[in-house]
Amino acid sequence: MSDAILTLDAVTKTFGHGASTVHAARAISFSLHAGRALALVGESGSGKTTCARMAMREYQPTTGQILYKGRPVEGAKADEIARYRRSVQMIFQDPFASLNPAHTIAHHLRRPLKLHRPDIRGSQIDATVRELLERVKLDPDLVAPKYPHELSGGQRQRVNIARALAAQPEVIVADEPTSMLDVSVRLGVLNLLNDMKKEMNLGLLYITHDIATARYVAEDIAVMYSGQIVEWGPTGEVIDNPIHPYTRLLLSAVPDPDVRFDDPRTRLRPEDVDDIRKAAAAPQEKVVEALPGHFARSL
Amino acid sequence: MSEPLLSVKNLTIDYIGEEKDFRAVDDVSFDIAPGEVFGLAGESGCGKSTIAFAISRLHKPPALIRKGSRILLAGRDVLDLDPKALADFRWREVAMVFQSAMNSLNPVLRIEDQFYDVLRTHKGMTRAQARERAAEMLRLVDIPPDRMSNYPHQFSGGMRQRIVIAICMALNPKLVVMDEPTTALDVVVQREILQRINELRKEFGFSVLFITHDLGLMVQFCDRIGIMLAGKLVEQNEAAAIYKAPQHDYTKKLWASFPSLHGGVLS
Repeated sequence: MSDAILTLDAVTKTFGHGASTVHAARAISFSLHAGRALALVGESGSGKTTCARMAMREYQPTTGQILYKGRPVEGAKADEIARYRRSVQMIFQDPFASLNPAHTIAHHLRRPLKLHRPDIRGSQIDATVRELLERVKLDPDLVAPKYPHELSGGQRQRVNIARALAAQPEVIVADEPTSMLDVSVRLGVLNLLNDMKKEMNLGLLYITHDIATARYVAEDIAVMYSGQIVEWGPTGEVIDNPIHPYTRLLLSAVPDPDVRFDDPRTRLRPEDVDDIRKAAAAPQEKVVEALPGHFARSL
Repeated sequence: MSEPLLSVKNLTIDYIGEEKDFRAVDDVSFDIAPGEVFGLAGESGCGKSTIAFAISRLHKPPALIRKGSRILLAGRDVLDLDPKALADFRWREVAMVFQSAMNSLNPVLRIEDQFYDVLRTHKGMTRAQARERAAEMLRLVDIPPDRMSNYPHQFSGGMRQRIVIAICMALNPKLVVMDEPTTALDVVVQREILQRINELRKEFGFSVLFITHDLGLMVQFCDRIGIMLAGKLVEQNEAAAIYKAPQHDYTKKLWASFPSLHGGVLS
């Protein structure tokens, strides 16, 4: 595996203080590599978006550090931070709120080019806008002059991807990029992310609550609960041989047409669910390695 | 099949536009038997929610139900009910759970007061009777009855959703319409809630009209499923048949659009 582009090293984030302290992230460590995707999976409130925000430097970690190509980002010189901002781009969950309703699609794509690509000037800018739209499989003639409200959710999310690509990033952080899209277009957007990752050798942090799509996009997976990564490793290995009780619970609850609710053998008992949640929420430093690269916190 | 509880016949609904009308539901017919779970699946905009609203006549202009449409519940045509009969019919015969139902609780009323509101209006219960009934219903959805003096914000999203379901069941409706009831919740909570509803309907014998875009979930829960495309019901069959042997091309396409947990490995 190539050297890590972006690393979170034992990063912790707390909100509030005293008795009402919320531990949104506890000692989170992971790395993103070129051409590979890491899926961060967990239910709402598990801390996955907090991790994304720390990677985007929107939140300052309470403890721990973020490394860009091996060097701490905190305290770096202004030009290094500018480079970091260019090379780490984000795709947001809500394709409706993340585009400015008062500007055309072309405007949305010209801005990052003007900001981050001093090599491109004049008529080259519009040529690059066309190229970016073609890259995300949108027709430049049709889409570039339009306003966001004239596009469907799936098209808007493609524009968001094009906007992220405009800065020529090395890492893309995608926070639930398909959860607000209609089922019929979800797969298209996931395929596009997959192609981008391979063709442009991008490191992808794919944040989702849908563990089934994780397998589709990501080589590696980390399952989060209550601010802690409880299990991590190669995606197929974790999904097929889960060790941590919370990972097992999450997998057993994924809708599976082969399992009828009427079947008493597959019934989830609410008291068991509560027990697993309680146990998984307790901070646990001890980690077991089941197979090389496949880790889980012990209970 | 025994006499159906709900019988929707040639239902056609237009959204009236200035220039032309938009046909949201086009000549849809289906039956739901007593105690049966019937699912309606399709992508957004296919008309499934419009049907859900029409069944309890909660549709609003510009939606217009065209002549010739019939919605029969236990033999009575819902479309012929006068306002008094309609008010009586809602909750008592048909209860609805919406997608963001957890936000449909009144934030400034205690849970017990929200039960009292429904039970007093429809059954003329006293406060003490309503409290007793509320305790009974909350126990059914695994919420400790001593929490009924709490306000909605003191519960999690999943708990609030279960409270709404408990209020819906309080009048023993014959049909519960659920429009994407768990879409805003995570999978574990979703499973807990639907599993509970499945047990409750076996105990009390109500029917369910279940609407979602998640076909996998639908096959787990429903007895029969209808697939909708652009206002038309294109396929209708037993859940197992929709899963194992889909007939319509669109049904096959819908299945193909789901990454499966154990297939579809990263190439």
